[in-house]
Amino acid sequence: MQQHVADVTTADAAVAKMTLEEEAKRKKKLWALGLLGLFSLISISTFVYNEYYIYLSVYLWFGMIYGMCLQYGRFCFSSAFRDLFAIKVPRMLVGIVIATLLFGLVSAPITAAGLSTFHAAPVSSHAIIAGVFFGIGMVIAGGCASSSLYKTGEGNMNALIVIFSLSLTQALFADVGGWANNFVPEAWTQSALEKGLPASITVTDGWVDQYLAGYVWNNPAITYAELLGMPNASIAGAFVGNLFVGIFVPASLLLALVYALYWRKGYRKKQQKQGKDVSGLKGELAGYWSMITANKRTAIAGMILGIACALHMLVIQGLRVKFGFKNAGTMLERIGWDFGLSVQGTVFDPGYWYVTTQEAQWVGWTLQKMGIENLDNIYFGFVNGIPNPAINPADWMSLALIGGAAIIALYHNEFKFKKPTWETAMWSAIGGAFMGIGSRLGLGCNVGAYFVRVANGDCSGWLFGLGMAGGAYLGVKFFNWWTERKLDKEAEAMGL
Amino acid sequence: MGMTFEKKEEGRYMLNVNGYVCPHPQIYTKKALEKMASGDILELFFDNPSSGESIEQMIENDGNELVVKNVDAGQFEWHIQKS
Repeated sequence: MQQHVADVTTADAAVAKMTLEEEAKRKKKLWALGLLGLFSLISISTFVYNEYYIYLSVYLWFGMIYGMCLQYGRFCFSSAFRDLFAIKVPRMLVGIVIATLLFGLVSAPITAAGLSTFHAAPVSSHAIIAGVFFGIGMVIAGGCASSSLYKTGEGNMNALIVIFSLSLTQALFADVGGWANNFVPEAWTQSALEKGLPASITVTDGWVDQYLAGYVWNNPAITYAELLGMPNASIAGAFVGNLFVGIFVPASLLLALVYALYWRKGYRKKQQKQGKDVSGLKGELAGYWSMITANKRTAIAGMILGIACALHMLVIQGLRVKFGFKNAGTMLERIGWDFGLSVQGTVFDPGYWYVTTQEAQWVGWTLQKMGIENLDNIYFGFVNGIPNPAINPADWMSLALIGGAAIIALYHNEFKFKKPTWETAMWSAIGGAFMGIGSRLGLGCNVGAYFVRVANGDCSGWLFGLGMAGGAYLGVKFFNWWTERKLDKEAEAMGL
Repeated sequence: MGMTFEKKEEGRYMLNVNGYVCPHPQIYTKKALEKMASGDILELFFDNPSSGESIEQMIENDGNELVVKNVDAGQFEWHIQKS
């Protein structure tokens, strides 16, 4: 009798626990729907207020798609290189290459038709050095600039620290002058002066200003199409120059290298264990394909991401034509938000996915409101401005990216508020700072300086990627040493 | 809260990397498995979803076996048997 009562009580407790768990899951799904409703409400109400706000809403909804894809596919550029070097897992690198190829494929007709919003960046060794800084930072921080956004949406407060550190470092680094001017070569100063920038830009006071105007701008901004003597806005230039030569060939070689070094041996061992034939070209191709499809979730996210990135460019360009402006600065002026425009009347309005500049801008805006003058530098004052974050188009994209990631994480019951420890907070702050410096040196992050540039045939994209891989290798070396040291202590206590 | 690596009983270990973000969970898991003997079980606790994707492929590539795979409200509990 007593045994029966105990069984019933245990069963009741189990049922109660299950009911509570189901209730918690249901609540999270409701939160996900609530977030979706909130973003819809923002879009509809602002559009009703003024039709120009649809321009910001386009950024918002593409940002949300990016966030959803990133969270669903655990899409992280840091992981691509880091996991390859640290644990010999290539799944993320494969996902990124798939996304890049698809982004390039959908971009090519848009570029050929002359509708692309993309502009190539100057090409020189600075892209590699910037990539090294960024690569070290993304490994130490535990994620790249874009994954820090989606991880914040998962409730990871370490990622939020990364965003704060990255934002602050960029804003300060872009404006640092005084003592830092001592580290500027004379040739840069002279060259910067020769650019004839407006008087409001104090080009000889600021390390980054002189680096940009005195060195970076002197290098050619060129795509693979242009390198081969073809215009970007042509079928040959877009498809042969940028897509085939600039993306398909190097991406295929990269995947083949990864297959040979990190996948082939393990794959063949597994197949041979099951008595399967892996000989000849057929065996190699099957192995190569197994690497591509090893993680369907990442591959699917990569596919959607790539297509969305290209469509984003097309929709933004369409709206620019419809409203008759080339930059959102004009639009902001028309609707009465004229604070924080650059001296050219522009604001940061990339027309495609970008992460870091809008993060620097909100800190720049805050510093300006605190009385710190920073519109005298090139980054804020001449190019990007520091508009109010509430109406900064790219900020809408980043906030929606966090929201999109949160929606998917809540829906799949993966949302968890994660409080940082002192150790993880320290890594987040240090890594974010490295990424901030790398972003300003490279004029972009893993998205703006690598992903978007590679996918659009910009010659500097692979250079930044090469630097990122080198930096990630150094970061992994450091963490291998760090974790080994900590784990050894625990293992010794167990006699292992 | 830091990383803990403990022996629960003969042939059974526990690695808790809750609170850690990438790349700590995957690197700690790799190194813990390296220290264990063939046939041993590692009970792994982590709460960083993206680490799970990498750890799963690492387990498969190395020929180890994922014998238990639980997730609840962002908390992962996986048991890995070393080959």
